[in-house]
Parts: sequence; structure tokens; C-alpha cells
Amino acid sequence: MRMPAPADLYKISTTPELLAQSFVTYLRAMGINVPIAATVVFHEALGAIGVQERNNVYWAGRTTLLSQPSDIPTYDEAFRTFWEGSMKLEIKEDTPTKEFIQVGNEEVELEENSEDRMAQDNVISLKYSPSEILKNKDFALYSEEELNEVYDLMKSIESIGGTRQSRRKITTSKQSVHPNLKKMVRSSFKTGGEPIKRHFIQHGEKTRNVVFLLDISGSMDSYARALLRFIQAAVIGRRRVEAFTLGTRLTRVTKELSNRDLDVALSRASQSIPDWSGGTRIGDSLANFVNNWGQRGMGRGSTIVILSDGWDRGDSEIMTEQMGRLSRLSHQIIWMNPLKASPGYEPLAQGMAAAIPFIDHFIEGHSLESLSDLAELLTE
Amino acid sequence: MELFVPKDVGQVQAGLKDHGYFASEGLASAIFLSLTLKRPLFLEGEPGVGKTEVAKVLSSWLQTELIRLQCYEGLDASQAMYEWDYSRQLLHLRASEASGRATEIDEKTLEDELYDERFLVKRPLLQAIDSQGRTSPVLLIDEIDRADDEFEAFLLEILSDYSITIPEIGSFTASVPPIVVITSNRTRDVHDALKRRCLYHWVEHPGYEREIEIIKTKAPDVAPKLVKQIAAVVEQMREMSLYKPPGVSESIDWALALDRLGSRNLNEEAILSTIGALLKYHEDQQKVKGKDLNQVLQNAYARAG
Repeated sequence: MRMPAPADLYKISTTPELLAQSFVTYLRAMGINVPIAATVVFHEALGAIGVQERNNVYWAGRTTLLSQPSDIPTYDEAFRTFWEGSMKLEIKEDTPTKEFIQVGNEEVELEENSEDRMAQDNVISLKYSPSEILKNKDFALYSEEELNEVYDLMKSIESIGGTRQSRRKITTSKQSVHPNLKKMVRSSFKTGGEPIKRHFIQHGEKTRNVVFLLDISGSMDSYARALLRFIQAAVIGRRRVEAFTLGTRLTRVTKELSNRDLDVALSRASQSIPDWSGGTRIGDSLANFVNNWGQRGMGRGSTIVILSDGWDRGDSEIMTEQMGRLSRLSHQIIWMNPLKASPGYEPLAQGMAAAIPFIDHFIEGHSLESLSDLAELLTE
Repeated sequence: MELFVPKDVGQVQAGLKDHGYFASEGLASAIFLSLTLKRPLFLEGEPGVGKTEVAKVLSSWLQTELIRLQCYEGLDASQAMYEWDYSRQLLHLRASEASGRATEIDEKTLEDELYDERFLVKRPLLQAIDSQGRTSPVLLIDEIDRADDEFEAFLLEILSDYSITIPEIGSFTASVPPIVVITSNRTRDVHDALKRRCLYHWVEHPGYEREIEIIKTKAPDVAPKLVKQIAAVVEQMREMSLYKPPGVSESIDWALALDRLGSRNLNEEAILSTIGALLKYHEDQQKVKGKDLNQVLQNAYARAG
């Protein structure tokens, strides 16, 4: 194995222990969460497998330090730069670029000179846009008052989510058709083998999974911030809540939002969402959700809550297909559309129109009141 | 008995190959480390990539017992660890009464007799820990993501100390720790506390070459040329972004199905009549039928040579 020393890490890492430790430090810096105990195991693993061959070191690290497949690309990159000596600090020059924000919808024609403009500058068009704008946006732009209002309301409705019958059985003294023989025999030991006290079993109840799918495209910008708080309150309020964001891609934010500290949760979530206020491809994101999460188990028998205005630039056939799959998997689909509150609203946006037949409850999502309506629906 | 410790990764790969399992380098390294460091192996991956098979092959390679615990929602301690055989305890009590023995011995002795090990029904986890005097068994905890998260808590103690405490008797501790293989289809995230105790490996679909080896082993009667074509077609299908890309077990089924219908050479008609063995979603079948099958076949012929 080549061991060049381009970085400071190498200079101080003279022993294998330190080298292992530096690699872990490097991984953590790249954003992989490596627990301390894993470092020790990694070191043991290197001892067992040897450091003579590149692949052995690679696999020793990968099996001991990672715990989810999504970290693999980052690990590969880190491994390449750290062990194969191409590690160097890259400082990109930060040249400001001009960005035009163009707000439009299906009816509004592009401005006359817009084509020229598009040729020379970055045009970010809000509403539907196929372009993927990767940004880390700061959530701190809320008014304090609004923030507290939404958040306190959400925290007050902690027990959202209906229940379903569980396979797990519970013992009850209420008479039912299924006696708990085990427990009766056991308690009969106290009374000389006579089963005097009777016990029964019945199926327990289990809270239903709730999956939130939040549209974070540009057109939803003003609502998404409040709704993300709502979702955070739900995630920390109880178990079995999952949260995803839909934009040009699908991002799972359950782990980030499960921090009890709202500020920490929101800043972690905003860091992990690469396409905040970008374009919209709801159909594709939904497909991604159903393929990778929903179909495997998360969506089965769950309540799916989609929070979106339904502006979708993608193919409406994809939308129809994916909504169909989702409705076959889930218990119910609730769609919250902030635009629904506006007078004379008709669900004409092509994404929305395609989705309507599969929705169990179509509700507004623009105000605190509509959020409590949703909470009520979920508790049913 | 000592736990068998392989020399190097190559020995693991060769050992598994002798028993009909073609492990990738990554998987073999993970197994090697799991055996040397005596840590549970946590395997995740798409359904049908051969996760469960790893445990089965390990047990036949190491010539040791395979103890399998299939997880499901509602699985609890009495089904996973141990249970008292209440009806036999009751019978014992009644028999003692009937014979008049109950009046001769004191109450304490009688009660102690009731909690004797012979009334203990050992379930997989206890069996794996209480395997005295034999080689360490392979404990397969299959599809842990199907069990509810309450169950994971049981596993934490067992996987770190390899011991189970039974209030009436005392604790059982493994003299030789079992070789533990945990599999998950990733329908939900398993708790980090459990993952932390394990070595983690994500099992991928096999590549073209390895798939050929696997099908040849599992379906030895299928014509070699057909096997190559199958592997080449399946490889292309995995790139078609299907709802459920075919796994290895599906390609084996497909090979068997084609062989049973007398195919020696893959053609469009044969694919269409057996597609149900490979793709289990109507939408996926439609998608594949909608593609230019001829082109797919031409690519496959070229690849198979």
C-alpha cells in the first residue's frame, strides 16, 4: 500500500493506531457518523486482516465503520483521498453569479427578452422548474411570533395517528373467547392447581405509521418552513412517524428532525436537503419513495400525508402511476394543499389533477386551523 | 470447543465456494472479520440477493448446527428465548398429589421441581447460547426488520454478553459464542444501538460473472450457453429501473423455468412465456415487454459470446 504524506494527518500519524484514528477523524469530517466503539473495532479488524493489501483495508473499514448504504459513496471518496494519497485541500474560488428569479405559471408566457437572459445568466424559475437548484438555505428567516405559534400548537397535539390491531397479544382480565392458558396455569400453582382466577388474551393495538412527504420546491417556499416545524413536532411527539422532502429529489429527514431541540433539528434538516426551493418533480420523487421505502414496508398500512401545491413539471402519467401504487400500499392518503384555501381554487395543475382520484382527504394547508384539521384526521 | 478462525479472506471465499456460495470479496472480508473478531454480522440488501443463504452455507462449511429465528411482528421472549411448559408442570403437580407424594415432601421442594430445566422449552436464542460441548452454532436472525422494535431490545443483552437470565433458574452464558448472522431487507431502520454491536455489510446484486457461477451451481442441468444469456439479460433488466429488479433467486428460478420448457437458446417467445418467474409486478412486466426485447437479446448474445 502506498502511504504518501500530503496532509498533516499523516505527519502526526506514525503508528497504525493513530493512522486508523486519523482516518476515522477524516470520515467524520466528511459527514459520516462514526461511533467511538467502531474505531476500536476498526483497529482490531486491521490487526486481524492485515494492512498489506488495499482491498483488505478498504473492506475492514467499510464493515466496521459504516452502518448504512447511503454512506458508501462518501466512504469510497474518503478512502480514495485518504489512503491513496490524493488528499489535498481544495479551495474553490467563490465568484458571485447573477441569478434571476422568475415567478410564473402555466398561463404566463416567458418575457420577450427572457431567452437572451437565459443564455447568459442563471435563471431560477419558481413554480415548476426542471432545473435542480442545490442550495443550503437558512431557516432563520421566520418571524419569531409565527414560529412559536405554529410550533406550540403542534406540540400540543402529540398523540396524532390512528391505531390498528397489532399482532402482539396482550393479557387482559376482560372476558374474551381466547383464554390465556399459560397465565391461568401459572397462577393456579398458588391455589393448589385449581384455576380460580381467569386470564384472557387479545390483540393489542398499535399506532399506525404516518409518513409525511413535504414538497419543498420554490412555489411552496412560504409554507414549507411552517410545515417543516409541524412535521418536526410530529416526529418528536411519537414513534412511527417518517418524514421526507420532495423536490427535484427525495430526501429522508426523519433522523435530522428527531432532535428535540427545534433549532438543531431544523438546521440539520436544512443542511441535508440539497434541493431546497428548487424545482418540482413530484412524480419522480414519489416513485423514488415508493421504490425505496414505501413498497418495502414503510408505506404498507400507513397514513401518507402529502403537503404540496401540486405544481409538477414532470409527466402527469408518472404521477398517476405512482399515486396509484401509493394508494394500493397505504391505508389512506391525505393531501394538504395550501392553495386550496384561495377562493375559486380548482385543482387544475396537472400534477394535482392526476393525483385527485387517489386521495382520501383533500384539505387546505395554509393556516394553523387547517393544521389542526389535519391532526384531527390523523387521530381518527 | 474453540471457535474456528480462518487464516485469511481467501480461505473464507474458497470454503464458501466449496459449498456452492460465491461470495464477493467484500462479503468474504466481512465474514472473515466476523469470525476473527467474534462479532455478529449484520447483512442488509435487496430481497433475493442471498443474505439468508450466507448463514446456511456458513453452517455447512463449518460443519455446525444452524439455528434459525424467523422474525415477525409480535415476536416476543416466549417465542424467541424460552418458555415454561406449563401443561407439563401442572401434570407434574397433579401426579405428585395423586400419588400422595405432595404431602410427604415439603412445599419448597415441590416448587423447585416445577422450575426444573426439564420443564424449560428452549427457543432459538437460548438454544444458540446453551450449546454446551459442541462447536459454536450459527445463529441466523432472519429479517429482523419484520420484528417490532421492542424485540431489538431483547437482542442487545444477548449479542453483547451472550447470556440470558431466567429469573427462576439463573443465567445461561455461552461457553463458545455462536456465530451470529442478522439479515434485514431494510423495510425500516434497525436501531443504531443494535447495529453498533455488529459488523455491517450491504449485499449487492452479483455481477455478470458471479451470477453465471451461481446459476451453474444451483441449476446444474441448464445449458451453459443459456445460463450466460440469462445472466446477460438479467444484468440489463437491473438497469431498467423496475419496481423490483430481479434478484439472484429469481434468476435461478427463471433458469429452471426456461430449462423445464426445453429452451436451449434464449428468444423473445421464451422470455415472454416465462417472465412470471423473473418479474413479479405487472407494471415491471409491461415495462420490459414495452422495451425493444430484440435489442436486449442482441446485447445478451453479444455479451454471452
